Amino acid sequence: MASVGYSKKVMEHFMNPRNVGVIENPDGYGKVGNPVCGDVMEIFIKVKDDKITDIKFRTFGCGSAIATSSMVTELAKGKHIDEAVKITRGDVANELDGLPAQKMHCSNLAADALHEAIKDYKHKKQKM
Amino acid sequence: MARIYLDHASSMPVDNRVFEFAKPYLCSSHGNPSSLHSVGLEARRALEDSRKKIAELINAENENTIIFTGSATEANNLAVKGVALRNVTQGKAIIASAIEHMSVLNPMKELQKNGFSFTMLPVDSTGVVDLKTLETLLTKNTVLTSVMYANNEIGTIEPIREISRRVHEKALYLHVDAVAAAGRVPIDVQKDGIDLLTLSSNDFYGPQGAGVLYVKPGVKLQSVLLGGGQERGLRSGTENVFAIAGMGEAARIAQQEMQQETKRLIPIRDSLIKEILKIDRSYLTGHPTQRLPHHASFRFSYIEGESILLNMDMYDIQVSTGSACSSKTLEPSHVLLAIGLKHEEAHGSMVLTLGRSTTMDDVHIVSKATNETVQRLRKLSPMSQEWRN
Repeated sequence: MASVGYSKKVMEHFMNPRNVGVIENPDGYGKVGNPVCGDVMEIFIKVKDDKITDIKFRTFGCGSAIATSSMVTELAKGKHIDEAVKITRGDVANELDGLPAQKMHCSNLAADALHEAIKDYKHKKQKM
Repeated sequence: MARIYLDHASSMPVDNRVFEFAKPYLCSSHGNPSSLHSVGLEARRALEDSRKKIAELINAENENTIIFTGSATEANNLAVKGVALRNVTQGKAIIASAIEHMSVLNPMKELQKNGFSFTMLPVDSTGVVDLKTLETLLTKNTVLTSVMYANNEIGTIEPIREISRRVHEKALYLHVDAVAAAGRVPIDVQKDGIDLLTLSSNDFYGPQGAGVLYVKPGVKLQSVLLGGGQERGLRSGTENVFAIAGMGEAARIAQQEMQQETKRLIPIRDSLIKEILKIDRSYLTGHPTQRLPHHASFRFSYIEGESILLNMDMYDIQVSTGSACSSKTLEPSHVLLAIGLKHEEAHGSMVLTLGRSTTMDDVHIVSKATNETVQRLRKLSPMSQEWRN
């Protein structure tokens, strides 16, 4: 049966999102989405020895946009960037006990924001 | 914390008096109105009784003008397609306001694909149709103009008599979708100059599953649903007697209590608007005064409507939104775009529609919950940070 509404886990992350905020002078920064479409996410990471030591997000968007952002920060925190970069949209949705079908593509951009932040980190590192 | 349901435009509870009145038509008086035996006749009488009550609610010429359908969507489809297809020799031009319900706009778009000329009538920033533009759009080939009595998303009441005068100077018929307005503001199809009018049972505390199309005597219309010829051949299909009987009783009660209920709701609505507009960067959508007595609608910068809805639901307050995320098409409300909002502004909307259960005591709880919701979501939003910086 297709799921009706959001899972308990989505609502829990929506109401109590983890790692909200900004990191000043982040080692990596990723921003995806567009206000016109109704979703904007940004992720800030602090990295030491290629390990994500701190991660924060801010999101404009619907319930699943906020919950997936919160979940991806939890999944990525403490991970080596080579591991974190493997986190997929599907992993995020699974960890939240699923998302309604129409939310799978549009509001599940959090993994993309994380990948952007890691890309930014690698880019900065190369320059150094 | 008690539930505060403020989404009456989406669905309403059936009034207990209506339920008690209509219950026999589900059980003992279960006949098919087309059957000639006594059980069938009981059902037939219930239909005719309901027709009379609904005719009175809108001051129709007589009860034969009332055609029962299964929903307001069906009534709107019947009005649009039924008029356009029946009067094709008179012309092939049709007009609808940009804020009509999809059950008016989509049939018009379909007709457009089949050779009709469809024009959308713009509205101003408060949602009132532009009468000057209407005058320029109307021609003798315009067989149908459709403008709603009041809008369900922004609460604006349209100047129907002014519209009617212009339509009838040049063109053929005026259809009015009165789903949001009926039972809330007095409607007089004769004085207002309306040729076709749509009503929905559940929008004035009747059961779901019944709608009405009022068809003024002499208006030429053809059926879009063919079959056994019920409802003067205009809407075939066995009638939903329970819902129709209930709709009639609901219309009678609405008419009886409208004035008193309006007097009670307006101060509650106005207090809600006043309190909620104290929130920074919050705006009323729709007309400030020409609006439905039970309707308060807003938008908040930097946040998104589905989040607002979910967050309010955590306070056990049910609201509605025109955000894209709440729609099946993933597009923001066409109504909010028509009043000139940008996409990102239209995403942050919240609609409150009050009802018989709403009291003045709710105002404080709802405005406090709204304020907390907006503040929490703005803290999460990158857009509000840009604004603060």
